[in-house]
Amino acid sequence: MPPAEAYGVASFYALINLQSPCRRTVHVCDDIACRTRGADAICNDLEEQFGAEGVRREDSATAWHRSPCLGLCERGTAVFCETAGSEPVTIADAASQNLVHLLLHPEIPVPRRAESTFPGEQLGTSLPLLSRAAMPPTPGIDAYRFAGGYLALRRALQIGPEGVLAELTASRLTGRGGAGFPTWMKWKAVAEAVGNPRYVVCNGDESEPGTFKDRILMELDPFAVIEAMTIAGFATSAEHGFIYIRAEYPEAAEAIELAIKQSRSHGMLGSDILNHDLNFDIEVRRGAGAYICGEETALLNSIEGKRGEPRTKPPFPVQHGLFGRPTVINSVETLLNVLPILMYGGDTFAESARGGVTGSRLFCLSGCVSMPGIYEAQPGATLRELIDRAGGTPDNTPIHSVLVGGAAGSFVRGDEMDIELTPEGARSAGISIGSGVIMVFDETIDMANIVKRIARFFRDESCGQCVPCRVGTVRVEELIERFFKPGADRDAEIALFNDLALAMKDASICGLGQTATIAIASTFSRLRMNSATIT
Amino acid sequence: MTNPISLHGGATLTINGFPVTVSQGSTILDALNAASVETPRLCFLEGLTPVNACRLCVVELEGARTLVPACSRRAEQGMVVLTDSVRVKHARKLVLELLLSSVDLSLLTADIARWIEFYGADLERFGKKAARAETNHDACRAGSHEALKPGEIGSVATPVKIDNDLFVRDYSKCILCYRCVEACGADAQNTFAIAVAGRGFEARISTEFVIPLNESACVFCGNCIGVCPTGALMPKSEFDMREVGNWCEEKQAVTRTVCPYCGVGCNLELTVQDDRIVKASSPRDHDITNGNLCIKGRFGWEYVNSTPERRGSGEKE
Ligand SMILES: Cc1cc2nc3c(=O)[nH]c(=O)nc-3n(C[C@H](O)[C@H](O)[C@H](O)COP(=O)(O)O)c2cc1C
Ligand code: SF4
Ligand code: SF4
Ligand code: SF4
Ligand code: FES
Ligand code: FES
Repeated sequence: MPPAEAYGVASFYALINLQSPCRRTVHVCDDIACRTRGADAICNDLEEQFGAEGVRREDSATAWHRSPCLGLCERGTAVFCETAGSEPVTIADAASQNLVHLLLHPEIPVPRRAESTFPGEQLGTSLPLLSRAAMPPTPGIDAYRFAGGYLALRRALQIGPEGVLAELTASRLTGRGGAGFPTWMKWKAVAEAVGNPRYVVCNGDESEPGTFKDRILMELDPFAVIEAMTIAGFATSAEHGFIYIRAEYPEAAEAIELAIKQSRSHGMLGSDILNHDLNFDIEVRRGAGAYICGEETALLNSIEGKRGEPRTKPPFPVQHGLFGRPTVINSVETLLNVLPILMYGGDTFAESARGGVTGSRLFCLSGCVSMPGIYEAQPGATLRELIDRAGGTPDNTPIHSVLVGGAAGSFVRGDEMDIELTPEGARSAGISIGSGVIMVFDETIDMANIVKRIARFFRDESCGQCVPCRVGTVRVEELIERFFKPGADRDAEIALFNDLALAMKDASICGLGQTATIAIASTFSRLRMNSATIT
Repeated sequence: MTNPISLHGGATLTINGFPVTVSQGSTILDALNAASVETPRLCFLEGLTPVNACRLCVVELEGARTLVPACSRRAEQGMVVLTDSVRVKHARKLVLELLLSSVDLSLLTADIARWIEFYGADLERFGKKAARAETNHDACRAGSHEALKPGEIGSVATPVKIDNDLFVRDYSKCILCYRCVEACGADAQNTFAIAVAGRGFEARISTEFVIPLNESACVFCGNCIGVCPTGALMPKSEFDMREVGNWCEEKQAVTRTVCPYCGVGCNLELTVQDDRIVKASSPRDHDITNGNLCIKGRFGWEYVNSTPERRGSGEKE
């Protein structure tokens, strides 16, 4: 690759350091969920006791940065820590750690963070998605097999690729990554494509603020991800799979790498899997700090070693995907659903149908709840039920608002708890479920602080390709900053915002620019933030 | 649903209510051109791969959730396209306003000026642009940006890069249309001296590690200058004359000729002011060069201005 292009690629990613190398870099999540758990105080502390963000301190050769959501929201404030010469680690509950000390003494190793756990009520129950992950962790392929692993793949081999597609079609499974596209349509399109190679890609980039379910699945149930991808390969005649895992998930990547290695040595990846004419192998690709790489076509470009700029669709990945070849791309959670579909049948899976969706979903509860974490729920559960399962707000402080669907989702008011969390329930409430984020803000939270952070998030994560998003996100950030100043002409700012939002929604290339204004718009329309409510 | 293939291999579309037929492989833009509907565009240029970046050419396509870029979207049988709907006008106006608010468009072409007027784009809709910055974006880490300055709105202002004798790069005028990168790369020159670096609003055109052009792979063909729509890339000769206020388009004439250096026969367009050549370029509609030249054709004309009879009376004595 020519050097200018290589520089262009490297400078696209937040975690590729182009300045003088640091012995240790600490990335502190100051995104919205962690802001409800003391992130601001931690950052202020670092500023006072260590130095300004992003400035390398010469005595220790270390630096710290504020970071967008690290996908550890249930155990925030989250930190991602890179140390020269060793693997990066994440730190949960950073408020209880001495980050200044870690920064001043890069020679001190950072201990591995404890495994993810589950909110207790789900342990030992037979949940379609979480049952294996919720068992006390016994790593390894034998434990996976013992827990029912490979039953789905064996069934797939019995019924053949057409049988798998028929089960998937009957199940009416839809994508869990945000768009809700029918999974069987993608698989069928690639299965019917001509020529080889073709690819199966698992989207493990999970960077939507407030989302952490795919991380937990990859960390605690890695063999299931591999089995599901193998089934996708079998159904679509693809022999190559890629799992794209964001850089901020070192523990998940390690679990997946280990599981791949073990699967290979046990003949569960490679050629003639289970003595059938099935060849499939998986490579891990790591992100490098870019939310946009979760967008499927940006992700494909990133795997190809390019800047993570989304492509214009059409053509779609099923026609023109990785390296221009037909490609199935699904999120981790979507893929995991394939296992119960094959084990118990697509029709059984579809029995749960309600509100335009089949099968259970994982919801990521964070913010002001007593037991944050992932909760599996059947279609039809309401917002209230999930928040109740998570223990409600600490001290039963009244709920001010809930962000549903992540930074690209919508805020709803504390009195809208009866919304049914299905596509139809969400649609009739004028919101979308997106990646399953349920982030609760009680009345102690400074919402202006939260809204400003959302505006900054999109500005910093825009890939910069198209004008409406590249410049629009900047104008939105400035507008929100002005909006909360005393004496602002708030009605004029809202009118300007609406103009911007319409153009960004209509003319941006990809979902980032198209959805960047939705959450903020909902604070005006639903939370009624305006001249009358802000002083 | 639209059907991608019609019986005769082409496609018939309805454009603003009128049927238009185009051949297979055409884009919506081709259909709009065939229907004589003017489409404003900034990143698209005949001969370069469309990058769909500026979004000025968007049109409303029946059945599509969002607007679609005319320049790259393939025409399909039965498409129903609107180019003058409220949504289209709104998006085009906003795209122009967003660019005007962040980029120095003082050298824009007559076309762009006309579109600004037509769509009623307001230059200061979002507030006052920051003055020319003394800092530059080159060192910006992806995913972070400088704190907002109260009362100012962010712009791409950055010092002019003058690192060689042949052309300057003023990225304060850059709209990130990617044309120069394409012209330098696989679409024409295959030199790959420049690329898009950074991300988001801090994205910019750059050499590796921001090294000066003359230390980079650049061969000074100037083909990037030829495609730049905003004057961000400019021959040093023109830049110097503009700096001292000598660049005077009323006094200029353009003469077409053939480059004298080699046998390829590249067409040259020489801009002449006060009897002196002030700039050389190449017509894009010429089938040998398609607007491209090499360093000799583009910059090797200074000797003409300095032959003894041209050097002025002082030399003749
Ligand atoms: C800006 C943006 C970010 C996205 N990030 C993710 C992500 O982190 N994980 C994910 O699974 N899908 C993400 N998506 C959705 C993907 O583009 C794609 O729809 C998904 O991977 C398809 O898989 P599914 O059908 O299994 O949902 C994102 C989309 C956009 C527009
Ligand atoms: S909408 Fe934003 S993120 Fe998407 S392509 Fe355009 S600039 Fe990039
Ligand atoms: S002058 Fe030619 S080689 Fe140099 S940057 Fe421009 S197009 Fe590339
Ligand atoms: S320098 Fe000119 S050609 Fe290159 S991207 Fe900027 S505006 Fe386009
Ligand atoms: S980890 Fe901090 S907001 Fe998600
Ligand atoms: S001209 Fe079509 S997007 Fe720029």
